Amino acid sequence: MVSERPRKPSEEARPLSTAPIKARPLSPHLTIWKWGPAMAVSIFHRVSGDGLAVVGGLSLIWWLAAAASGAQAFEYFQSWATSWIGIVIGVGLTWAFFQHMFGGIRHLVLDTGAGYGLKTNKMWSIMVFVGALLGTALVWFLILKGAN
Amino acid sequence: MRSGTGIAQVRGLGPARKGPKGWIVQRTTAFAQLFLLPWLLVSLLRMGPVTHRAMLDWLASPVNAVLLMLLVVSVFTHLRLGLTELVEDYVHEEALKIASLLIVNFYAIGGGALALFSIARIAFTGTPA
Repeated sequence: MVSERPRKPSEEARPLSTAPIKARPLSPHLTIWKWGPAMAVSIFHRVSGDGLAVVGGLSLIWWLAAAASGAQAFEYFQSWATSWIGIVIGVGLTWAFFQHMFGGIRHLVLDTGAGYGLKTNKMWSIMVFVGALLGTALVWFLILKGAN
Repeated sequence: MRSGTGIAQVRGLGPARKGPKGWIVQRTTAFAQLFLLPWLLVSLLRMGPVTHRAMLDWLASPVNAVLLMLLVVSVFTHLRLGLTELVEDYVHEEALKIASLLIVNFYAIGGGALALFSIARIAFTGTPA
């Protein structure tokens, strides 16, 4: 139960929880803090995860359902997958995958209690971004090499 | 062993309204995906051009079909928890929150069902090529 603040007599007597949403002030978060590596990696972990969940999830479903529906359906999927849009999305999903995975490994390590020292934490936060870019580059190098 | 007061038990585990189960499941599925996703990636890279025929042949192997099914279950469980957390953090208007959570759950479960069925169909029937 929220503690009552002093009310003006003109205000209706109703509990704060029924106040319309725009009446509530929101704390700024992304806009007021200086972006450091740990903050950035955490935010990008969420962004990459949700990108993977929606775009990646739908792509996975489409890929499998198309394969199960026959050659024509699969060719339609393939035409999109190998188009420019498909490749852009593919690169984006690959990056999101590595970003989220390396960030996730960082989470698992932190869960054991290790890696909280300021310098160590900062270094590994930066390494997540580096690893994500390297992983993406490696995978797409292999894909494009295999395609030729 | 009682946790908190009687009223807290009725309200359900404090402000978060859930215990550590989600935290554990998220990490278990994450750990599984740490192995299954690289496996999928390497399998696809080694397949050469991912033609329909190549996919059907690949999924004819029970090991590949089962591992892919496990991956699908793990991924959709993991994303269900992740998207739920996203809704809980940013959607506060009650009706919209409930609607969003329903959409997340139907997407995760429905999408997972469709993906699993697709794998099964290919693995059992070889699918019209």
